[in-house]
Amino acid sequence: MFSAFMLDTWAAGLIVAVTAGVVGWFVVLRGASFAAHALPLGTFPGAAAAVLLGIAPSAGIAGFGLAGVVAIWALGRRGRPEVATALTLVMLLATGALLLSWTDRYAAQVYALLFGQVLGVSRAALGGMALAGAGAVAAVLAGFRPLLLGAIGADLAAARGARPALWEFGFLAAIALAAAVAVPVVGALLTFALMVGPASCGRAVSARPAVALAASVAIALALMAGAIALSYLTNWPVGCFAGLGGAGCYALGRALL
Amino acid sequence: MSGAGWFALGPVGVALAVSFAAALVSAVVGVFTVLRGQAFAGHALGDISGAGGAAALLFGIRPLAGFVAMALGGAAAMALAGGRRIAERDLASGVVLGAGLGLAALFLYLDATMSGVGGAASTVMFGSMFAIPPGMVLPAALCAAAALAAMAALARPLLLVAIGPDLAASRGVPVKLVGFAHLAVLALAVGLAAMSVGAVLATALLIGPASAGLRAARTLPGAVALAAAIGIGASWGGIALAYESYGWGGRHGWPVSFFVVALVVGAYVAAGLAARMRR
Repeated sequence: MFSAFMLDTWAAGLIVAVTAGVVGWFVVLRGASFAAHALPLGTFPGAAAAVLLGIAPSAGIAGFGLAGVVAIWALGRRGRPEVATALTLVMLLATGALLLSWTDRYAAQVYALLFGQVLGVSRAALGGMALAGAGAVAAVLAGFRPLLLGAIGADLAAARGARPALWEFGFLAAIALAAAVAVPVVGALLTFALMVGPASCGRAVSARPAVALAASVAIALALMAGAIALSYLTNWPVGCFAGLGGAGCYALGRALL
Repeated sequence: MSGAGWFALGPVGVALAVSFAAALVSAVVGVFTVLRGQAFAGHALGDISGAGGAAALLFGIRPLAGFVAMALGGAAAMALAGGRRIAERDLASGVVLGAGLGLAALFLYLDATMSGVGGAASTVMFGSMFAIPPGMVLPAALCAAAALAAMAALARPLLLVAIGPDLAASRGVPVKLVGFAHLAVLALAVGLAAMSVGAVLATALLIGPASAGLRAARTLPGAVALAAAIGIGASWGGIALAYESYGWGGRHGWPVSFFVVALVVGAYVAAGLAARMRR
């Protein structure tokens, strides 16, 4: 389990867990579960597009993530935000279904991309992952106060001089960045479980934001390590353990509250 | 149409019949789902039903039974975990969704390794409308009829709950029970839709036509009727276009789900424009 080729996986898991733990805490605070589910899932067709065009999968994932952020933000200003999220998601996925029907090369990877795989990351990709993860974490931490205020109420945030619409966009972009980091390991369908599960338990640990945030990261690390270890031992997909474990974290949090 | 006619349907006929039932029920249930701000729960149930579809492949039971049973289980879990605030309800939906998807991952993995069902992930998640067996038409119709009957009974209390849970409680509506009944009907609807356009795209039939109808129509019955028309139109239009696409070169036709979603989103945008021009 700790042989040389697994070291890259452990390093990737560390990056994923820290990013998901921090960003996920803001997701739970702001009630953005749906967006946190839709953005990672929406990046999945990006990888298919990249295979079709012969470019790097991470470029495709980032491109579709950005498209998702813009669509959710723009449609959400005009109508109900959750409807905007739902329609953005199905548009991205339908594009994915179309791209998949055009290529056979990709079929074997569909499952891995949806549900995650232990060996999804090469050493060469680790640097980019760390950079993107650091970007996402830096973005939400830089916006700590405006994001907190916006979570309490957009009017309050506006009254205190923050610009809620702008921060909403930045926040969605941070989720998309975190998704780009996590999707290759945890899978497009279950990345959000790693975000909301630990965070929903972390907030039960303490009412103080900094402590709850730290707890959320610690729980995410434990969940990620457990998922990788179990996946290595059983050969079952990583996402399976992340999803079930995330639900377990939430139940634990509810019991603590 | 005679009784024998139903069973003699070709793949396209079966697709038309099942998608009609799915689109009609999804549109009607969808209007109330959008009004209550439950779009995420609806989407989550669709994804969760995918675990049932995968389990059905594994155990060799009827796919519709798998989709619907798993969605119903998800609905029960959400009702148990859910809170009163929308953000809290969404969090509970998300967590149940995570667990459901974890199971889907497991069942699909076992499908691939134990019973050698290849390509299960794409079939369950993105649907394969032209591969629905003809025997599915009757159960699908029964499911649809049950869902529509339940919606007829639930419409008024659900509206009251959508306006305000406190108001509804003061008018003698059992808010929790109505909420659970709504989730159960939602599960039936997305189970049907997952059968036709696939688990992750069931949301398109549930949310798209309903929100387009709510944007463009002035009254609730009008919104429901418009939503149903858009849903059925998009499904049948999608099937027709996919059928056509076999002649567009390339080795396969284009996927039905792609056309259905494109038509639904187009209708949503058009409804927004129509509503703005009228003002």
